[in-house]
Amino acid sequence: MNRNSNTYTILFSIIMVIIVATILTIVAISLQPAQKRNIKIEKKKNILSALNIQSNAQNATELYDKYVIESFAVNLNGDKVVNIDAFNIDLKKELKKDEENQLWPVYVCATEDGTKYLFALYGKGLWGPIWGYIALNDDLNSVYGVYFDHKSETPGLGAEISTQDFQNQFKNKTLFNENNMFISIDVVKSGAGNNPFAVDAVSGGTITSNGLRDMIKICMTAYLGYIEKNKK
Amino acid sequence: MFSKKNLRLITDPINKNNPITIQVLGICSALAVTVKLQPAVVMAISVVFVIAMSNVIISALRNTIPNRIRIIVQLVVIATLVIVVDQFLKAYVFDVSKQLSVFVGLIITNCIVMGRLEAFAMSNNVKRSFFDGLGNGIGYGSILIIVAFFRELLGSGTIWNIKIIPESFYNFGYFNNQLMIMPPMALIVVGIIIWVQRSKNREMIED
Repeated sequence: MNRNSNTYTILFSIIMVIIVATILTIVAISLQPAQKRNIKIEKKKNILSALNIQSNAQNATELYDKYVIESFAVNLNGDKVVNIDAFNIDLKKELKKDEENQLWPVYVCATEDGTKYLFALYGKGLWGPIWGYIALNDDLNSVYGVYFDHKSETPGLGAEISTQDFQNQFKNKTLFNENNMFISIDVVKSGAGNNPFAVDAVSGGTITSNGLRDMIKICMTAYLGYIEKNKK
Repeated sequence: MFSKKNLRLITDPINKNNPITIQVLGICSALAVTVKLQPAVVMAISVVFVIAMSNVIISALRNTIPNRIRIIVQLVVIATLVIVVDQFLKAYVFDVSKQLSVFVGLIITNCIVMGRLEAFAMSNNVKRSFFDGLGNGIGYGSILIIVAFFRELLGSGTIWNIKIIPESFYNFGYFNNQLMIMPPMALIVVGIIIWVQRSKNREMIED
């Protein structure tokens, strides 16, 4: 067959595409279970990190089962919704739903320092999504620990939100004032110091910092129903 | 199998015709993934695999590939191999694949890979192409690993995430060099390697 003819070229491309597609499909399908398991382990590691527990890929599942005693979904009124696997809730999808249909995961954890309530966060950074977890003490007001991560924030600037130093600032901050008003935690330019409702922003990462502030405010507002009902 | 001619296909790109230090190709990824040793090694292995395998495949098909779409065929072969590598990394070394993020995907655009296909595999037999790919992959990977070694040691004080510089040094006022973590320092380290290499091989020195 003439190798320079159009028929040959088209035939060659068709056969090539079919072979390549088959190979890629087989690889993707056969590796999918391992990849999904990795993503689950990653999520467990993140949750443990918000509880100030260091874990690695080997012991994450074991530690998660040990410390997280209950997880359930709540709606905006703060009522538990049954028959939903809270661990698999995708906040990106939930935030797009109407308010009455939104479901938010709550994790109840038993740590050495007592019972903690862990809430999931999801928001926008400068270049892409940011997300995290916030663990509250059993007064459902003061912060026990946080975890933030990002998809593609600028290294050295916005990406600093995922560092331990930044996250440590959140410890012992509070969400409500003495009159039980929801204040949330602000991210300020300088001198957060002893202010219980603010932390220092990342210098050079203003948009990411603001995104983080909005994320905490929006997501914790969604949990207000649950928090009000269960507060002592 | 390892005749002198074949052996030179492997050794030449490691030193005298190194893709990074002599041909100055593939610099971009050399800057991006060399902050730590572990991702650099994974990247090096991935590139060796992709170059060697794509060289073999293209060389085996070289008499059937229609001339007018040969670049597209080369790209499809490279892209397929890279996606396979990426999927494997995500399944088995998830942490490293998170660090390498987009750079595994960017092997597709690494000029070394396409350069070898077009310059070598299209006109040589399968065995020689395999050796050529292996040599170029190792040549690229070895520079990556050398650069990462110095950047991790001086920038983070660790090797393979194990602390090397003792705590007492820090107590005496030693600091990790934050500049080493920045991409420009990779370029400077590559520059120093080129300097050392050229001053050792007189014939490489140009006027």
